[in-house]
Parts: sequence; C-alpha cells; structure tokens
Amino acid sequence: MSHATPTHNYYLPQPAAYPIIGSTALLLMTAGAAMWFNGSSIGAWSVLAGALVMVYMMVLWFGKVISESEGGLYTDRVDVSYRWSMSWFIFSEVMFFAGFFGALFYARTLSVPDLSSIDNKLLWPDFTSAWPSSGPYLTDPFTPMAAWGIPAINTFLLLSSGVTLTIAHWGLRENRRGVLNLWLFLTICLGVTFLGFQAFEYGHAYSEMNLKLTTGIYGTTFYMLTGFHGFHVTVGTIMLICIWFRCLKGHFKPDHHFAFEGVAWYWHFVDVVWLLLFVVVYWL
Amino acid sequence: MSAVIDNHGHAHDDHHADHGHPPGLMRWVSTTNHKDIGSMYLWFSFIMFLMGGVMALTIRAELWQPGMQIVQPEFFNQMTTYHGLIMVFGAIMPAFVGFANWQIPMMIGAPDMAFPRMNNWSFWLLPVAAILLVSSLAVGGAGVGWTMYAPLTTQAGPGMDLLIFAVHILGMSSIMGSINIVTTILNMRAPGMTLMKMPMFVWTWLITAYLLIAVMPVLAGAVTMTLTDRHFGTSFFNAAGGGDPVLYQHIFWFFGHPEVYIIAIPAFGVVSQVIPAFSRKPLFGYASMVYATSSIAILSFMVWAHHMYTTGMPVAGQLYFMYATMLIAVPTGVKVFNWVATMWRGSLTFETPMLFALGFLFLFTLGGFTGLVLAMTPVDVPLHDTYYVVAHFHYVMVAGALFSALSGVYFWLPKWTGNMYDETLGKWHFWLSMVFFNITFFVQHFLGLAGMPRRIPDYNLQFTAFNQISSIGAFGFGLTQLLFLYVVLKCIRSGEKAPDKPWDGADTLEWTHLPTPAPYHTFENPPTVK
Ligand code: HEM
Ligand SMILES: [Cu+2]
Repeated sequence: MSHATPTHNYYLPQPAAYPIIGSTALLLMTAGAAMWFNGSSIGAWSVLAGALVMVYMMVLWFGKVISESEGGLYTDRVDVSYRWSMSWFIFSEVMFFAGFFGALFYARTLSVPDLSSIDNKLLWPDFTSAWPSSGPYLTDPFTPMAAWGIPAINTFLLLSSGVTLTIAHWGLRENRRGVLNLWLFLTICLGVTFLGFQAFEYGHAYSEMNLKLTTGIYGTTFYMLTGFHGFHVTVGTIMLICIWFRCLKGHFKPDHHFAFEGVAWYWHFVDVVWLLLFVVVYWL
Repeated sequence: MSAVIDNHGHAHDDHHADHGHPPGLMRWVSTTNHKDIGSMYLWFSFIMFLMGGVMALTIRAELWQPGMQIVQPEFFNQMTTYHGLIMVFGAIMPAFVGFANWQIPMMIGAPDMAFPRMNNWSFWLLPVAAILLVSSLAVGGAGVGWTMYAPLTTQAGPGMDLLIFAVHILGMSSIMGSINIVTTILNMRAPGMTLMKMPMFVWTWLITAYLLIAVMPVLAGAVTMTLTDRHFGTSFFNAAGGGDPVLYQHIFWFFGHPEVYIIAIPAFGVVSQVIPAFSRKPLFGYASMVYATSSIAILSFMVWAHHMYTTGMPVAGQLYFMYATMLIAVPTGVKVFNWVATMWRGSLTFETPMLFALGFLFLFTLGGFTGLVLAMTPVDVPLHDTYYVVAHFHYVMVAGALFSALSGVYFWLPKWTGNMYDETLGKWHFWLSMVFFNITFFVQHFLGLAGMPRRIPDYNLQFTAFNQISSIGAFGFGLTQLLFLYVVLKCIRSGEKAPDKPWDGADTLEWTHLPTPAPYHTFENPPTVK
C-alpha cells in the first residue's frame, strides 16, 4: 500500500466519541439548570448527572491525550498548535473578563452618577451618587470590602505562587525533578490557601458586613468579578494538581512539556486578572 | 515517498485504521475528518435555514393584512426572536464554518484541521443549542427580540433561561471552532504557502475567527448577567440597584457589530474566490484586500453605539459614533472597487456561482449604502426600529451573506460531490431568488421611511399594499429555496461527472492539485507552493 510508511508528521486522531458524550453532558446540565432555576427539583439532579458525565468525559479525553503525548505522537508541529490554541483561548478569557470589568466601569462612571443627576430627581430626590453604592432603591446599609486585609494577603499569595511556579518550571527545564515536584506542590498550597481566604472573606461579608450578591450594583460587581476569578483559580488549582501527579509519575521532558507550560500560562493569566481586581474592585 | 493523493478513504478492508471510519451513524457522530464535519455543518445550516424560514413566513402571513389574523401578538414576537437567532447563529454562521472546514485544509495544503476531535465537538454542540432553542419555544418561548434587551429579558418566562443557555453553547462552539481555524491557518500551511500567498477565503476566515474569539465571550458575559439578574438578585440591568438596562445594549452591541462582520467577512472571502475564477483573472489588489478586511475588523470594535442613537447618548458620543461608522465605508469601498476591477476586461462567463456573486455585489453594496444612511444620527433617529432597518440588514445578510454562501455551494459542489449541478436549474434558482428577494425587501425601505415600526404584528391601513407585495415576495423566495434543495440532491445523486477543474479561472490548490471528487484524505504529504 502506498501509505505503509507514515507520510505526514502531524498526528491526526482516530474517530472519537468524547465530544458526543460532552454534548450530552451539557444538554443535561443546561436543561437541568433551566428547570432548577424555575423551581423544579428534578433539575438539580439533571445538573448533577450532567456534571458527572462531563467529568467522566474529561477524564477519558485528557487521559487519551496524555497517553498520546507520552507515546511520542506529538511532534514539534503539534506542539506549536497547542501553543497557538492555548494563547487564543486565554485571549477569549481576557475578553470574557473585559465584559465584567466594563460593567463595573460603566456603573461607577455612568449609571450611578446618572441616577443622582437632575434627570432622575423626580423619581429619587434623595439619592446622591457615591461609590460604593447599592443604588437609589436598595438602601439596606452594608460595609464595603476593604483592600488592606485579606485581599492584600491574597495578592501576596498569588504573586508568590507565580514565583514558585516559575521555579518549578526552571527545575523541569534543568531536569531537577526534586525541585520541580517540591515547588509545584508549594504553588498548589498557595492556590488552595488563596481559595480558603476567599471563602472566609465571603462568609464574613455575608454574616458581618451585610454585603451580599443582592447588595445593588456594588454587591453585584464585587461578587461576580471576584467569583468568576475565584472559579478560574479553582480550575487552575485543579489543573496544577493534575500536572503535579503527572510530574510525580515522571511525565514531561526538559524540552517537551507543553501541558505544564499551558497550565503555567493560565495561572499567570489568573494572577494578572487578580491584580486588576485588587486595584479596581478593592482598592480604588 | 508515496503519492500525494490517497484514494483509500472508503475501503472497508483498510488495515490502516487511520484511513477508515466506523460504519453507519457512528461515522458522523465520531468523525474527525474535516470533510465529514464540513458536510454536517452545511446540512445543519440548511435545516436551520428552513426552520427559520418557516418562522419568517409566519411573520409575513400575519402581516398580509392590518389587524390580527392568524397568531397571537406574543407568538408573533417569539417568531421574530427565534427567526433572527436561528438565521444568524443556526443558518449563516454554521454555513460559513462548513465552508471553512471543507476548504481551508485543502486550500492551504494541510492534511486536516489542527484539532480534529475538538472540531467534531464544535459541530456536535450545535444540535444541543438547537434542542435548547426549540424547547425554549415549547415551554412558552420568550418574545424578547434576537438582541435580547433587558429589562424585557429579566422579566420573561422560563423560556428565556433555555435561550440563554443556548447562546452559551453556541458561544462555546464558535470559540472552539475559531481557535481550531486560527491554529490551522497559522500552523498547518504547506511549505511555500506564505501568509500573503493564501487564498483570500483563508485570509477572511483568519480575520473572522479572530473576531469570534474576541466577541463571543462578551456575549456570553452579557447573557450571564441577564441570568443572574433573573435568578440571583444581581443589579446589572436594574436601575433601582444602581445598574442600567442600557448597559446591556452596550455590551450586546460591542459583540453585535463585530458579529455582523463575522457574517459578512467570510462572505467577502467566497466572493473573492468566485469572481476571479469567472473573470479568468487574478484578484485585483490582493494586498489591499487583506488590509481592507483587517481594518474593517478593527474598526468594527469601535462603532457599536450606532445601534443606540435613540437611547440618550451625549452629543459628543453621537458624533463620534457617526463618524467612526462612516469610516468603515472606506475599506468596504476598497473591496467593492477591487471586485469590480477584477472583472474589468476579464473574459467573463456567467455560470450560477458567478451570478450569485454578482447578485451579492449589487445588493450588498446597496445594503452598505442604506447602512451609511442609518449611520447619520439625525437620520437614524426617525428611522431606528422601523422597517428601513429591517430592509438594510436583510440586504447585507440575505443578499450579502446568504447569496455568497449559495455562490460558494455552486462553486465547490463539483469538487465536493464529484458531480456537476444542473446549470439550467441553478440559473432558475438564482433569478427567482434575485427577483423575489427584491420584491420582499425593497418595498420595506418605503415602509420604514413612511414610519412603519418593526416587531409589531399590526399596522396602519395605508401600509397594506407594500406589506402585501413583501409577503408575496417572501413566499416566493421561500419556495425557491426548495428548488435549491432539489438541485443539490440531484447533483449528488445523478449529476454529470465533473472534471478535476471545471472552472477555467480557478487557481487554488483544491482545483490544481486534487482530483474530483476530493478524496477522503487529502494532502497527507503537503504540496510545495511556489
Ligand atoms: C457600510 C457598512 C454598514 C453600515 C454603515 C451599517 C450601519 C448600520 C446602522 C447605523 C444600524 C442601526 C440602525 C438602527 O437600528 O437604527 C445598522 C443595523 C444593522 N446592521 Fe448594519 N451597517 C453596515 C453593514 C452591515 C453589515 C455588513 C451587516 C451584516 C452582514 C449589517 C447588519 C446589520 C444588522 C443585523 C442590523 C440591525 C440590528 C438590529 O437592530 O436588530 N450591517 N447598521
Ligand atoms: Cu452595527
């Protein structure tokens, strides 16, 4: 046969059922969530089932990718594809956050000042614009979140985790596996601590400060921005844990470890988002 | 080295698992082949096109006479909503992704897309979104308009949640598909295929994919805010809590204006292949085409509030958005000039693909002109939300994007199926589409100028004549598309055998380096491009 020898240096996978499993999972999750949000308790079960199917699919699919990678199927050309795609994926994430940052900017510079302008005096004569604000109608008093307590510590934690991760990467490149495993582990610890503090902060805000998701536009932007960020840190931490186990199993070579680098890029991205959050949500 | 062309795609005894595919339905469910996936996109798009079409005809039937005839007002609003969403996200966008799948690997000499499994998932997310959309209608629907403005959406029924999730899934599909396309174009080109040698269609998809990756997440954010406002007590779009419903419009149109170019730019790409092929001349001003398309893409991020002149913007804002919007007409004009200059002194022939490309050229330009009219703030204030706007965007989206897609289907059908379509029937399809399209939409300009508002099931008596003309045109246009289905099926089943290169002037790799029909796997060894 003409193609008894491999003729192209780009790995093209076999037909696969992972995508259809993933689509099924998403259908269960979204249809379930819609039922759940409208008061049907079966919906919650559907979301749970969908999430389990999704995790199952991801374990299968990523497991396959890892075995292909370790099996040497991913040439340098494939590696470049992964680099491009991860960069563009992170760009899409940047734009997702940009939407929410835009909402915060809009509220602070346009909608809240407008609501106290002459146009709205008839409706809300007593409203004076200031930030933080929960709007002219939701007047339940609340305490805004200060920057220099836990948030400052969290900034320090995340910045340090960027450093520890870079040391781990350097260990991998120099093939010093002990350094790699140790510093990667420290990075995970920092991520988990960050999440712990964040959870504590939310609890404190709800119980002591009367600062809730429903606290007008301030509560809205505060929780949605930090919440989506926290979700990304959670995902990043899970990814770090996965590659840590892979490191322990001896995966990755000094010159071939894109999974590690992709996770590192993601982690640094989450770090940068936090810095922006710290400045515009907590500090200013 | 083995031959460039591999012809063993369908052999059942193929020991080389790499080249086979599972039998029956599983072939389509699990396929990682760009041609299979391209075909699925195109068929999906056509089915959605028929569904959206039935909804459009429901609208036109209700508007046959003033007063309420056949549907309830709520249902009428749902029809305009789902018609818009299905046509934009279900019909036009997937059609061009289908073209991208079929054509990009063949045009740049790549063995497949960069991530074949993710490619499969990009497609198989679409049926999920379609199921959500249809079930949304089934649970009472949400007649909120395809733009899904707050605060109507924050008050709508459960159908709205399904709609929101459908948009999320469509966004996932678009982002994955686009990442795949960008990566393929940047990393999988054959040796010698430099960026500035790429066929124009490939360039337009590179730019479109960039736009998609930039704005689909923003739309996802907007509908997520709607969802949390609905169920979790946030105040994004609630003035009582310090938010603002107009914020929704800003975020939506920051997505929405680039979105109209996401639809238009691949259409430019198809036409830029077809016109040179039937003029038997290379594309005039290739480099300026690339730069013009890129600047359209960049500018499209800076003009969004021309959809919002009537929301109470400061005058400075109105002026800025007016001038910025008009600026887009400059690169658009460059493109139109180049297409015309390509034909100048060419040896032209007018087969069906060329006819549709010319239809595109005339009518898209007309739609661009009405766009410029609407771009002028003082003119737009009375025209906003009238039928004039409906006429404008149907000229650019139907006679623009859809005609271009039809042109592309006729152009590449021989390469895809191995058979020629019936030229006579193709010409009938074109002329009937052209005539009925204009009957339907040209009169809507007059309706709009006379003040008939859009998205209303009833109207004043004096609008009756033009509405009846429009409805007749719409039914004619709809029926004509069934003829298209017949032409395609006939081509697949009993078309005459097509030569490897049926079009004299076509000069891209799929025509010059591949047999007809294109084998299941192509360019496993990359060609060398001089
Ligand atoms: C020279 C180019 C163009 C200009 C100056 C332009 C300008 C405008 C303006 C000012 C409006 C707002 C009218 C109003 O709501 O009062 C509008 C609406 C619209 N345009 Fe364009 N446009 C252009 C090209 C396009 C293209 C290429 C497409 C799509 C392929 C497109 C699709 C739309 C759509 C869908 C709407 C209506 C959205 C809605 O309210 O539902 N336009 N255009
Ligand atoms: Cu626009």
